[in-house]
Amino acid sequence: MSDDYSDDEYYYDEDEDMMDADDGDSAPSDEEMDMEVFDNDFKLPGKARKKSYEVDSEPLSQAQVERLMQTDIEHISGIFGVDENVASLLLRHMSWNKERLIEKYMDHATAVSVEAGITPKEEKPAKAAASSRAGSSSTGPQRSTRSSKSSNKLKSPSPAPKEDEPYTCPICFDDTQTRTMALACGHAFCSSCWNAYVTGKIREEGEHWIRCMAEGCGLVCPDPFVREALGEDKATWNRFRELLVRHFVGCNKNLKFCPYPNCTYTVACPAAASKSALLSIVPTVTCGASPDHKFCFGCSIETDHRPVICAIAAMWLQKCHDDSETANWIKSNTKECTKCQSTIEKNGGCNHMTCKKCKHEFCWVCMGPWSEHGTAWYSCNRYDEKASQEARDAQSKSRASLERYLHYYNRWANHEQSAKLSMDLYKKTEQKMEEMQISSDLTWIEVQFMKKAVDEVFKCRMTLKWTYAMAYYLDRGNPKELFEDNQRDLEKAVEDLSELLEQPIEPEVVPSLRQKVTDKTVYVQKRNEIMLEDTANGFLEGRWQWNTSVPGLE
Amino acid sequence: MAGIASRRLQKELKEIHTQGCPVGIQLLNADNFEEWHLSLEVMGESQYQGEVFALKFRFEPQYPISAPAVQFIINEKYKAPVHPHVYSNGHICASILGNEWSPVLSVIGVCVTLQSMLASCKKKERPPDNDRYVMHAPDNPKKTRFHYHDDTV
Ligand SMILES: [Zn+2]
Ligand SMILES: [Zn+2]
Ligand SMILES: [Zn+2]
Ligand SMILES: [Zn+2]
Ligand SMILES: [Zn+2]
Ligand SMILES: [Zn+2]
Repeated sequence: MSDDYSDDEYYYDEDEDMMDADDGDSAPSDEEMDMEVFDNDFKLPGKARKKSYEVDSEPLSQAQVERLMQTDIEHISGIFGVDENVASLLLRHMSWNKERLIEKYMDHATAVSVEAGITPKEEKPAKAAASSRAGSSSTGPQRSTRSSKSSNKLKSPSPAPKEDEPYTCPICFDDTQTRTMALACGHAFCSSCWNAYVTGKIREEGEHWIRCMAEGCGLVCPDPFVREALGEDKATWNRFRELLVRHFVGCNKNLKFCPYPNCTYTVACPAAASKSALLSIVPTVTCGASPDHKFCFGCSIETDHRPVICAIAAMWLQKCHDDSETANWIKSNTKECTKCQSTIEKNGGCNHMTCKKCKHEFCWVCMGPWSEHGTAWYSCNRYDEKASQEARDAQSKSRASLERYLHYYNRWANHEQSAKLSMDLYKKTEQKMEEMQISSDLTWIEVQFMKKAVDEVFKCRMTLKWTYAMAYYLDRGNPKELFEDNQRDLEKAVEDLSELLEQPIEPEVVPSLRQKVTDKTVYVQKRNEIMLEDTANGFLEGRWQWNTSVPGLE
Repeated sequence: MAGIASRRLQKELKEIHTQGCPVGIQLLNADNFEEWHLSLEVMGESQYQGEVFALKFRFEPQYPISAPAVQFIINEKYKAPVHPHVYSNGHICASILGNEWSPVLSVIGVCVTLQSMLASCKKKERPPDNDRYVMHAPDNPKKTRFHYHDDTV
């Protein structure tokens, strides 16, 4: 059952793609620190109130986050009277919790400095190696002929090279190395070993907390030491800076690092910083690097799962995951024509299917004849609770609940699949747009309505998809009925537009098609707005009633 | 730097040849600078009296900057010791092979550490998550990010 190991005690280190924070911006330290914009509480400049399904957020570049870090560092450096690099290590050690750091440091400055890898421990620590217990030698045998002195390392101690003696680095044994480096502990190694070590920690392990190479030494490399060890390797230095920023962001509930590959932007969204806030808002945010970098500030389930809140989206996906075996058959891309039983493959986003063989027209979702959908759109979106009631009498309860689930799952998965197929639709649409330019006198700008329509269809299918997850958990009653009315209206509008887009284009109908598509797009947009707005308001008002307990609610 | 492993391993080998291995540790094979085999025996009184184990070391060109991949060999001749930090596939959950690795440690140093890890064992048992781990474990133990078990166990 569990191929998912993420929560387990260990996980595997698949080759994580190393994101190269390529050069880009220069060191932020010298730039002006305009901190008013962004005070400690991350209050955002008063913007006009947005729609209820939108959330206030602020994109921050890496340099801007570095400035926030620098402010904390200067603050601590000033209070404690320590070097900024020391302040930085102290803050990183305490997960950037200034208050706790100040409290602890005031009482136990030395102990904190040792823990933070700034000053060496007083006594030579008896190193408890590996998983073995510290005093293992008491039970152990006399175990080695040569490592009697508590040390497992090779025989060379590491003194700083003396003027006259040739220096041999105890790690690489390369006696041509002349430059050595050491932290405050005095453990000297050649700079080439330091370079390889620091580079490996940053590149391979994504580590910013880099300890001394000596066995059991707890000292940590401060930033200037890292920089010196890296020498001319600017790319790795930038990666190190990015790691520092990621750590800072990870320690701050108001901040999230953009999850898109190679992006170094951060988003501040104080409105979504608490768990309780996530029960009434869906914080879909965009980073400053690109409008395509959309993600949910509250979870990593999906980039935009509006209108459902994170907790319900998570519940639904978990259910789908658990029930995937049973539901698998539905996912399949082929179905049989209800009339002639020939296999039909769904290859467009539209639900209006026409059998190539017998020309039977039917709805992909409910498999009912399309004629019943055309003018009198029957409730294809709504699971007939009454019918389900009857089913409950006739069949076992579990069977009925499976059918209920499948009803919602079917529609959920269908919108997902259709949205995926929209990518093909984009390509087809581009072709059509080119044809249109040739066959009509419309300009490139004037045929953009087609692309706009496809965009809108894609967006609305995402909304629709999640409305089915929501409807599955909504308790019966008036609010749910109104919800499903909105859902049905949106769905019908989307299917109509979708079908219009798949029609072949005859030159003579282009002007009227353009009008129709434009009108429908506007309408679909409006329906989507209503769906999102009303659902978001429902969450804010606490209007929604659930048929199951939602984690965090009540 | 084109891999410091060979120079370093050469040096370790020389030291082994001139000074010999600590008691209970023997070099089985070190024909190249990619993989070495050593045998390991716990001397004196212990849970593992009379048992001989073998360790496989795999080195990357960056050794000793990067830790070697170390595991117990399992074949017709050798078995993995039954120990709370040793999985039945030979993988070892020991912090010095992971985040506590120090480039000043050596092959012999690792052997001595593992020897004393075995020597201090009070009760022969597998890690509690043995079955689950072994089922999904990668071939190379370095690919596993262990959460080191309580050192006092
Ligand atoms: Zn060196
Ligand atoms: Zn040190
Ligand atoms: Zn981004
Ligand atoms: Zn979310
Ligand atoms: Zn047919
Ligand atoms: Zn239908």
